[in-house]
Amino acid sequence: MYAWIFSKLPGPLWFRVILAALLIASAVLLLMTYVFPWLSQYSPWTESTIGLMLL
Amino acid sequence: MTRSALRTRAKATPGQRLLGGIGEILITLGIVLLLFVGWELWWTNIDAGRTQSQVTSQFVQDLNMGSPGASNAQGEADEDFGTAPITTIPDGETFGIFYIPRFGKDFAHPVTNGVGMDVLNSVGIGHYPDTQEPGEPGNFAVAAHRQTHGQVFWNIDKFQDGDKVYLQTRKGFYTYEWRDTEIVHPSQSEVLLPVPHQPGAEPSASMLTMTSCHPPFTTRMRIIAYAELESWRPADAGPPQEIADLVTRTMEN
Repeated sequence: MYAWIFSKLPGPLWFRVILAALLIASAVLLLMTYVFPWLSQYSPWTESTIGLMLL
Repeated sequence: MTRSALRTRAKATPGQRLLGGIGEILITLGIVLLLFVGWELWWTNIDAGRTQSQVTSQFVQDLNMGSPGASNAQGEADEDFGTAPITTIPDGETFGIFYIPRFGKDFAHPVTNGVGMDVLNSVGIGHYPDTQEPGEPGNFAVAAHRQTHGQVFWNIDKFQDGDKVYLQTRKGFYTYEWRDTEIVHPSQSEVLLPVPHQPGAEPSASMLTMTSCHPPFTTRMRIIAYAELESWRPADAGPPQEIADLVTRTMEN
């Protein structure tokens, strides 16, 4: 998969390396701004409140 | 190895390519999961820490108090200002700053109405809206994360006899003294009652109840720390001597 993507990138090798790094960076940024905050609600570390049923 | 053997190796069959693709996806998922753990345990602290110090200095500046701790606060350090007034809490707004020396010498975090993730994940400490207000007889109850998103209550298990919790609102400074700490199940909301664990009892003291999760990095139990209102100082009398430096530093930030 990654080999296939890399072979589809245009330009000389050094350019493709930079492009690949940019692609990885944007994927991480996308994860951090959208995916992780959403996933966070299912994480085991973020519950600190007490049930409010009685009040 | 012969030349033909090398060639068959280089040319993968469709089955091998499929397996290779699945392998790459699994490795990617593993890396993403590790990134998530790093994001949650490390990045959320940086992110929320920045938000909280901004909100803190904004709030303290809005109080517009001149420079406390300099002149008048020293002389009247022990003055008794009588019964504390009630700070009414506006919906969804930041209404105070907690100073808790036991949690760190620079510990100054804002407290906001509401205990939804929108509050706890960004501005830190949240007030249970159905519990009492500061200064009111009963239970002024707050929650904050034990870890992630600023890990504001990370040291909640470290309280010792005589430890104070200071709350600054637009009315002044409330001084609470730590009483005890207990571990309860997440469903035990009786800790938030006006008199904790006693439904229907008439409150006489003004309690502060802090809740967070326990043990760290799990959600199995909740840790509850109780403190009782001991004294208060109006805003123009300046902060209590013990936190005068901290308040000044917070204002200058």
